[in-house]
Amino acid sequence: MSTKSNLTVGKVTGIIANLVIVEVHNPVSQNEICYINHEGTDLMAEIIKVMGNKAYVQVFESTRGLKPGSVVEFRGHMLEATLGPGILSRNYDGLQHDLDVMEGVFLKRGNYTRALDHEKLWDFKPLAKAGDKVEAGDWLGEVQENSIPHKIMVPFVFGGNYTVKSVVKAGQHKIDDTIAILTDVKGQEVKVTMVQKWPVKKAIRAFREKPRPFKLLETGVRTIDTLNPIVEGGTGFIPGPFGSGKTVLQHAISKQAEADIVVVAACGERANEVVELFTEFPELEDPRTGRKLMERTIIIANTSNMPVAAREASVYTAMTLAEYYRAMGLKILLLADSTSRWAQALREMSNRMEELPGPDAFPMDLPAIISNFYSRAGFVYLNNGKSGSITFIGTVSPAGGNLKEPVTESTKKAARAFYALSQQRADSKRYPAIDPIDSYSKYLEYPELQEYLMKNIAEDWVENVMLLKNILIRGKEASEQINILGDDGVPLDYHLTYWKSEVLDSVILQQDAFDQIDANCPMERQKYMLYKVLEVYNAEFSFEGFEEVNPYFKRMINQLRQMNYLSFESDEFAQNEKEFHKIIKERRVA
Amino acid sequence: METRAFQKIYTKITQITKATCSLQATGVGNEELAMVHGRLAQVVKIAGDNVTLQIFSGTEGIPTNAEVVFFNKPPTIKVSDELAGRFFNAFGQPIDGGPEIEGEEREIGGPSVNPVRRKQPSELIATGIAGIDLNNTLVTGQKIPFFADPDQPFNQVMAMVALRAKADKIILGGMGLTNDDYLFYKNVFDNAGALDRIISFVNTTEDPPVERLLVPDMALTAAEYFAVDKKEKVLVLLTDMTLWADALSIVSNRMDQIPSKDSMPGSLYSDLAKLYEKAVQFPDGGSITIIAVTTLSGGDITHAIPDNTGYITEGQLFLRRDTEIGKVIVDPFRSLSRLKQLVIGKKTREDHPQVMNAAVRLYADAANARTKLENGFDLTDYDQRTLSFSKEYSEKILAIDVNIDTEQMLVTTWDLFATHFSEAEVGLKKELVDKYWPGKN
Ligand SMILES: Nc1ncnc2c1ncn2[C@@H]1O[C@H](COP(=O)(O)OP(=O)(O)O)[C@@H](O)[C@H]1O
Ligand SMILES: [Mg+2]
Repeated sequence: MSTKSNLTVGKVTGIIANLVIVEVHNPVSQNEICYINHEGTDLMAEIIKVMGNKAYVQVFESTRGLKPGSVVEFRGHMLEATLGPGILSRNYDGLQHDLDVMEGVFLKRGNYTRALDHEKLWDFKPLAKAGDKVEAGDWLGEVQENSIPHKIMVPFVFGGNYTVKSVVKAGQHKIDDTIAILTDVKGQEVKVTMVQKWPVKKAIRAFREKPRPFKLLETGVRTIDTLNPIVEGGTGFIPGPFGSGKTVLQHAISKQAEADIVVVAACGERANEVVELFTEFPELEDPRTGRKLMERTIIIANTSNMPVAAREASVYTAMTLAEYYRAMGLKILLLADSTSRWAQALREMSNRMEELPGPDAFPMDLPAIISNFYSRAGFVYLNNGKSGSITFIGTVSPAGGNLKEPVTESTKKAARAFYALSQQRADSKRYPAIDPIDSYSKYLEYPELQEYLMKNIAEDWVENVMLLKNILIRGKEASEQINILGDDGVPLDYHLTYWKSEVLDSVILQQDAFDQIDANCPMERQKYMLYKVLEVYNAEFSFEGFEEVNPYFKRMINQLRQMNYLSFESDEFAQNEKEFHKIIKERRVA
Repeated sequence: METRAFQKIYTKITQITKATCSLQATGVGNEELAMVHGRLAQVVKIAGDNVTLQIFSGTEGIPTNAEVVFFNKPPTIKVSDELAGRFFNAFGQPIDGGPEIEGEEREIGGPSVNPVRRKQPSELIATGIAGIDLNNTLVTGQKIPFFADPDQPFNQVMAMVALRAKADKIILGGMGLTNDDYLFYKNVFDNAGALDRIISFVNTTEDPPVERLLVPDMALTAAEYFAVDKKEKVLVLLTDMTLWADALSIVSNRMDQIPSKDSMPGSLYSDLAKLYEKAVQFPDGGSITIIAVTTLSGGDITHAIPDNTGYITEGQLFLRRDTEIGKVIVDPFRSLSRLKQLVIGKKTREDHPQVMNAAVRLYADAANARTKLENGFDLTDYDQRTLSFSKEYSEKILAIDVNIDTEQMLVTTWDLFATHFSEAEVGLKKELVDKYWPGKN
C-alpha cells in the first residue's frame, strides 16, 4: 500500500443529500477515503464513482450546511479497520470509531475517536524466534486479551516471504511499539508493531485452505441444532416480516453459541436493541466459560438513525474484525441485523447517482455484492495447521414480508442454511417462529457433518432428524385434511398423526427465549427430549373417538413442556418425567 | 423570519416544477432555508452554482423573477419553557394569537443520540386499557404506532392514553389533521386541565401538504429540549404519519427520484427511522416516548408506509371492532409491544408474561373454532368453551373502555381460565398454577 506524501486535494461542486461531487485534478482511486472540510470539521467520505475530473463521494455524515467550494483531502487509502489487541468488549460505530469515548449525549459530526487504546501496556510473549521463515498472518507473539490469547501476526498486507530477524523478549508493550523485525527476500528490514490496518472491503486470505465445514456449531436453539443445524464456518440467514422474531433469535444465538468470539453488527436497526446488548452482556455469563459475555463480544452499532452510508461499511468492518480473529485460530460467530438495511443503503446511493436500477430499484450488482460478502465466512486451516472459523448469520427484512424480493433471493443463493420466520407461527406465539418445513440446512446433506453428528451425538441421529421432518410434513397434511373434511370426516389416524406432530412442535420446536432455563438447551438435553418425542411417535394409542384425542395430547404436551422449564436431570425434572410416563401408559397399546 | 440587510437578493429563477424552484446562486449551504416570493423554502440539491429549492407551500403563481433570499441556516425552533401550553404551525410560528417564543434557537432534525448514552427503557406506562397494559405493555422511551383504518377512533384512544400516561409534557405533532380533530384534541386536553403541559405543532388539511414534513422534527426538537435540558418525561403524539410519508413522496417524485415500492422514495426507511429513533430513555430520568398513528388503506399492512414503520417502531397497536361484543378492542393477534418484556413480570406480577401468552393462545383457538363453524363443521366441547372464553375475554380485557390496574387484569384472566378450562388446557407453569389458579388456596 502506498501512502502519498502530498495529499491530493479537491473541491466540492455538488451536493445531493449525502452524495457529494468533488472536482479533483490529481489521480484518485475507487473507494478511496477523503475528508471534506466543513467549517473546520472534517467529514469522512468514500469515493464511489469517478467521471472525468469529478469524484462522486458518499459522505458518512449529514451534509447539512455544506457548501460548494469546500476543500476535500484524499487520503490515498481505502476504508480500513485498525487491528490489534483491545478490540474485544468494545462498542464501535460502523467505521470502527469507539462510541464509549465520544463526548456528549449526541453524536457530533466529525467526532472521530480511535479504535484502540494506544497507551495501554500489554504483556507480550514471543512465539517466533530469529531465523523463522514467516509470511502474512503467521504468529510472532501473543498477548492476553480478556481470556483470549491474542496473536500478534505478520501484517496481512505483507506480500511474500520474510525471515524473522528479531522478536522482543517477553515484557510489557504498547501497541505501537516495535515487537519484531523481519527481513524480506531482498534483505530489507521491516518493523512490526502490534497494530496493523486492513481495507475492510477486501477479504483477508492469510490461510492455507478452506475445506467444507463439518463441525456442528451449537446454538442452544433446538429448532436449529436438532432440525437444521448450522456449522462452524457455515452461513445462514433469517428472513422474516417485522415482529416475527429475527432479533430475538439472533440475540439468543449470540448469547448461547459455542464460539470464542461473537461479533454483532447492528446494521440499520433499532438503537434500543443495541442498548439491550450494552446493558445485558456485561452482566450475563458465557454458559461455557463462566466469564462475562461482553468479554468475548464486539459490537458494531450503526443503528437506523446513524449515517446511512456507514451502514454498508459497518458489515464490512465487522467481517474484517472477524477475519482478524479467525487468523488467530479462533471460532468466530458473526451476526448482522439486518442485511436488508445495508442493501437499502446501497439502493439509496445508487438512486442518487441515477444508475440504471435493477429489480425493486436495487443496484444491478446486488446479488454479487451479497454472495461476495457471504463467501468471506468459512472454516479455514491456517498456515501453521491450526483451524479457525467464521460462522455468519444475517437477518433479512423483506418488504411486506414477501420472500420474493431481491435481497432474500440473492441471499438464498449465497447462504447455506435458511431459517424462514413465519408470520403465522409468530401470530400464534409459536416461538421461535422458524417454519420447520420451509427452512433448511444444506449442511445436513454434507456427509462430513452427518459423520460428525453420528459420531458425536448418536449413531441414529441423522436418521431421526429426517424422521422428524417427515413427522412434521405428515402432521401438516393431516391438519389440512381435518380442516377441509371436519373432525369427524377423517379417520381417527389423521388426528393421531396431527397430534404427534404437535407434540414435536410444542416440545422441540417451540422454545421460550425469555425463560432462564428453556432459553438455552444444550445438545445433550436436545437429544434426551428428542427421544421422549419419538417415544410418543412410536407408540400406538387406543381412542374411542376423536374427541378424546385432543384433551389427551394436550395433557401430554403440557407435561413435556413442564420438563423444558426445569433444570435438566433435577429431582423435579425426574418427577415430571414420571408423570409423562404415566400419561403415555394410560392409552398405549403397543 | 426577518431578512438581514447584507443578504443578497436573487431575482432569476431558471426552473420551476410543482414543488421546486432552481436558480443560480453562490455560497449556499445544503438544507439551508430560503424565502421565495414570500414563501419558505429549503435547499435540497446543489450542482455547482445551480441550487434547487423545495417550496413548502407549493410553487403556484411563482414568477421567474421572484425574489429569493437565503437565510444561511437550516430550519430552527426557539426552545424555552414558554413553549408549554402553546399552539404552532409547521414552521413553529404561533397560531394561538400569543406572542413569539423567546428562547435558544436550535436546528431541527439534529444529530442522533450516541447509543451508548442511552439507558435501557424500564419504566412502565400505565394506561388502564387492558388490551395495552396486559398484552402490549408500553414503556417510556418506546416508539409505537397505532395501525388503524381511517374510520377507527385512534385519536380518541391516543388522547386517552396521553392523559393517563403521567407525562411531564405532551407534544402533539398534527399532520393533515382535520380541523375537527384538531379541536377535539384541544378540547380534551383543555377539559382535563392539562393544557399547560401540552405543546402542539399542527398542520391541518387546510395547510399545504409539503409543510407537514417539518412537523415531526419541530415536535421532536422541542421534546429533546424538555427531555435533555429539563430531564422531563415527554410524550410525543404524531398523527398521521401516513400523510407525512405521502408528502415525502410528493417531493421526491417531483425531484425525479426513482421511486421504490408504492411510489415511495427509496430512502423512506431511513427517513422514518430518523424520526422514530428520537424516542429515547436517558439515564438521568428524561425520556421521549413516541406514540404515532399510521393510517392504513383497506387494512393493508404490506404497503410501504406501514411496512417500513413496523420495521422501525417497537411494536404496533391494532384497533378492531369486535362485532360480537359491539366494541372496539385492541387486537391481540397483530398488536405487539416489543419492549413489554423489559417490564412484565418484573415491574408487574410474576405471572404476567405467562398469563398473557396463554390467554392469547386460547383466543387463537377460539378463532380456529369460529373458522370451523363458518365452514359448517361441528364443534367439539373444547371448541365451544374457547368461544365462550373469547367473548368474555374481549369484553373484560380487550375492549378499549376497560380501565383497571394490571393486577386486576391478571386476576380477571385467571378467573376466565378457571371458568372455561382445565389446568392442562391452559398449560401454564405448575408453580404459577399452584399459586394463582382460583380456589387453589
Ligand atoms: N423466542 C421468542 N420467545 C418469546 N417471544 C418472542 C420470541 N421471539 C420473538 N418474540 C416476541 O416477538 C417480538 C418481536 O421479535 P423481534 O425479534 O424483535 O422481531 P423482528 O426482529 O423479526 O422484527 C419480541 O419483542 C417478542 O415479544
Ligand atoms: Mg429485528
